[in-house]
Amino acid sequence: MPFFNIENVKMVGVSACVPKNIEDNISYPYFAEGEAERVIASTGIKQRRIANSETTSSDLCFEAADKLLEELKWNREEVGCLIYVSQTPDYILPATSCILQKRLGLSQNCLVLDLSIGCPGWIYGMNMISSLMSHGSIVKGLLLVGETPSKYKSYKDKSSWPLFGDAGTATALEFDKQAEPLQFFIAADGYSYESIIIKEGGFRFPFRHESLEEKEDNDGMVRNALQSRMDGMSVFAFGLKQGPAAIKELSSHFSIDINAIDFLFIHQANMYMNEKIRKKIGISLEKVPYSLDVFGNTSCATIPLTMVVGAGLDKFRNGFSDNLACAFGVGLTWGSLYFKTDKIKIPELMEI
Amino acid sequence: MEKFIELFAEQLDAMSEVTLNADTRFRELDEWTSLVALSIIAMVDEEYGVSLSGNDIRSVNTLGELYNLIQEKL
Repeated sequence: MPFFNIENVKMVGVSACVPKNIEDNISYPYFAEGEAERVIASTGIKQRRIANSETTSSDLCFEAADKLLEELKWNREEVGCLIYVSQTPDYILPATSCILQKRLGLSQNCLVLDLSIGCPGWIYGMNMISSLMSHGSIVKGLLLVGETPSKYKSYKDKSSWPLFGDAGTATALEFDKQAEPLQFFIAADGYSYESIIIKEGGFRFPFRHESLEEKEDNDGMVRNALQSRMDGMSVFAFGLKQGPAAIKELSSHFSIDINAIDFLFIHQANMYMNEKIRKKIGISLEKVPYSLDVFGNTSCATIPLTMVVGAGLDKFRNGFSDNLACAFGVGLTWGSLYFKTDKIKIPELMEI
Repeated sequence: MEKFIELFAEQLDAMSEVTLNADTRFRELDEWTSLVALSIIAMVDEEYGVSLSGNDIRSVNTLGELYNLIQEKL
């Protein structure tokens, strides 16, 4: 079991940016009579933000990062690494982190890296960046985590389209010998790689004209081969099992008292599933903040986005707090993180 | 088996008057939706500690077969 205890790195700020454009699930045209109400009641997702055709995940992350750097009053020359987590890169190549380095005006003495991770992307990214920074060669680091699922979902797929939204986030970290350790549990099940997949457009099945043909898939949904398909039942069962397990594994390995936790950030999949997970872990409702009601599932961005917009987070925003996070998704991949924060910088949510 | 059918019925719409038994082909019910499927997965996880995949649900036709599958996985 991969557990990590990473010292000398602390989280000092988090910010998020979403598209201005709001889409309401109540008026989604592919629902049957009464279906919108049922789906909203069970998923908890009322509306989502959808990027326009010119805006990419990196644009949203750029705005979030630019604002955070400004508010932290960081000297941009000091940023020693930038990790960009997304599955919607700007280009096949070069890596989007190179483009973000330039746009943010960072030094050339900066390690840049793209990570292709879905929903647990923030936890995986935190694991990677803190591992890189814990030896002290890098004093300041930026973790940019963003996704625009609207770019690869079929609008006609009512099992998926109404659940997902677009968002970009930035998390700032500093080397600090006094920092409380970051404790991780990380896991993957590549045997189930087909559970959520975009079949064509990569290099296994390169883009061809037929890739654009819309077809009714065997789940009855209409999509083309460049759009994602998900075995919803299997992914639900996976999250229900591995989400709580990730928290239990972590807390038993590091002797973390779950009852003493201030906040548990659960990946914002849907309310029905998250409530099942919360109850299995046995943590009270007010300790579990949400962003999915108005932003939906923003993939890897859900946890940092929830830190920015979630209700009841005064203690997280203004004081010292004990936190847990857990996420699960495409890959399949999942993980959990125990981290303490002390008055971190959180700029207001940005919209572009 | 009776308890299982009762638990299964609880996941359906409360207005539903369908009578269920071991031979019911549950995926052909009017009430069978993707949301009901998810609630069955959650119910089986809670009540039996068994994790059903999408393929498991698609591999059986009747409630009796579904029940037997859960018993095998116990």
